[in-house]
Amino acid sequence: MANISLIPSGDFKTRYAADTTIFPTRTSRNFAILGVALLLLCPVFMDRYWLNLCIQIGYLGIAALGLNILVGFTGQISIGHAAFFGFGAFSSAWLSNSFGIPVALAIPLAGVMTTGVGMLFGIPAARLKGLYLAIATLAAQYILQDFFSRADWFTGGTAGTIAEPFTLFGFAFDTDESFFYVVLVYVVVMYILATNLMRSRDGRALVAVRDHYLSAEIMGINLTKYRTMSFGISSFYAGIGGALYAHYLQFVSVEGFTILFSIQFLGMIIIGGLGSIMGSLMGTAFMVLLPEVMQAITTALSGTAIDAALNLKDAIAFLREMAIGLVIILFLVFEPDGLAHRWKQIKAYWKLYPFSH
Amino acid sequence: MTLFFQLLVNGLIVGALYGVVAMSFVLIYKASRIVNFAQGEFLLIGAWTCWWLLTSWQLPFWIGFPITLAFMLVFGIVLQVVVLRPMIGEPIISVIMVTIGLSIFFQALMKWMFGVFAKPFPTIFASPTVNILGLDVQTVYVMSLVISILIMAGFGWFFKYSRMGLAMRATAFDQQVAQSLGISVRHMFAMSWAISAMVSAVAGVTVGVVNGVSSALSFFGIKVFPAVILGGLDSVAGAVLGGLIVGVLENLAHYFDSQWLNWGNMYEIAPFYVLIVILMIKPYGLFGTKDIERV
Repeated sequence: MANISLIPSGDFKTRYAADTTIFPTRTSRNFAILGVALLLLCPVFMDRYWLNLCIQIGYLGIAALGLNILVGFTGQISIGHAAFFGFGAFSSAWLSNSFGIPVALAIPLAGVMTTGVGMLFGIPAARLKGLYLAIATLAAQYILQDFFSRADWFTGGTAGTIAEPFTLFGFAFDTDESFFYVVLVYVVVMYILATNLMRSRDGRALVAVRDHYLSAEIMGINLTKYRTMSFGISSFYAGIGGALYAHYLQFVSVEGFTILFSIQFLGMIIIGGLGSIMGSLMGTAFMVLLPEVMQAITTALSGTAIDAALNLKDAIAFLREMAIGLVIILFLVFEPDGLAHRWKQIKAYWKLYPFSH
Repeated sequence: MTLFFQLLVNGLIVGALYGVVAMSFVLIYKASRIVNFAQGEFLLIGAWTCWWLLTSWQLPFWIGFPITLAFMLVFGIVLQVVVLRPMIGEPIISVIMVTIGLSIFFQALMKWMFGVFAKPFPTIFASPTVNILGLDVQTVYVMSLVISILIMAGFGWFFKYSRMGLAMRATAFDQQVAQSLGISVRHMFAMSWAISAMVSAVAGVTVGVVNGVSSALSFFGIKVFPAVILGGLDSVAGAVLGGLIVGVLENLAHYFDSQWLNWGNMYEIAPFYVLIVILMIKPYGLFGTKDIERV
């Protein structure tokens, strides 16, 4: 991937710590802090509808980041991410319902449980790669989906299960306004964790496995360990995201975690940019807002000749699915590096503004 | 015991269809190294096109069916040229994702155009069942088995004797060598997609005649994976055998389930358990070539 560096010339790093820092300049750090501070104010001026979208972007963004660690950073393919997301949702509900574990504790525990399941399905991953792995995870998707509808004790069967609202020190975060903060905290923590992981020895090992796994093995990187680990981390993120989803909606149904949802996750990271942490969030935002834009377009077109000819109102569900497929294809053909790359180019353009060459 | 044999025969018939779809999947994989997740949608599009010609235009089957095949030929070529040709040389995940994108796009498009409910084909055969060895077998099943065997034999002839089939095998073996011998590799890629789409459409129409046309047809595209992995990804004969095994296996799983286990849904899920087991112990399948990597 062509990286456009924004480091001014003559700025030579003398230590590795300085080279791998999260925020290369003080301004970028201040901007990040300012951004989070602005988000803290969101519930004050946003209405329910937008808050709901933001919360969706939050929990889906965490799960998408997990998938990006697996696909974008380690180069393994998974077509079963939604099943792990669902497993996290059910585990958290199950832990808090059956054992009375407080929700605040059940969410990370659900992440750990999902990690276990992910590593179980990651065992084939240690031996397989590319296409074979894609098919193995496809099987995992169907097997887990079947498990959800079968395991009454765990998921409540076809009736689904209710999940307690998130409570901390007696205060229930059961409205959109309050739950927004829970999701925000999780998003910030999980994204910082992922960024730090990628700066560490283990993170570099993952990238080495992606770039050339034979060379990585020759350099002494244990392929089995890192592939399974990557599966575990990715499932952990999916589990956390799923658990937040469960306690936000306070109800989990077995029908939601289909292959289409898994493909949506893949779409998010492709649109955002494979191998980019912030790209995962951008892609998620794109994918969450896409149906809303579609809805807006259909509403705007209602009553016109196009609407009469195509009967858009009844077709909105299919149009959404078509849009997802189309967006994935168009991004892969025309912008394979995703939104993160585009964002870098925009930044570079303004940084070098009058003299771009 | 009659139920057992009935299911066994069903398994063989469905398995033969799986084999046909798996063969067309392998054809694309062998020629262009693209894993086609949209194989099921080829069945769907073929079946809907034929259904539309037969019901809306009131064409007889023997006219509507060839038109469907001609349409699928063009469709396959256009798809390859427009969408997949720009992806040559991209990493495997991008190519897989493009076919997945195609798959959900066409599935939603078909749902939009023809609705979500299964629609029956106009009747093609006068007598609904024939009696073979004491078992009542639906005529359409017999037809589907005959068609499957014909397609398989056709494939055998095509790859062994026809000029284009030989050129395709040469392309699959080594693209550079094939090109230096004057074979147009791009042409072969497009043709492999066209033939694959056509053969899948035949399978799609057959299943449509048996069960009615609905978006459930695209599930064939998913069921193909256990079959091709079992047979080995790049082996046409393996695909046929894998398809038969998967077809029989899911019916047997259904039989054991209905007799003793009562877990439900084993019919759909058993092939995936088998898939995982095969991937663990013999990932290159029964007849696939094991690639040896040299640095």
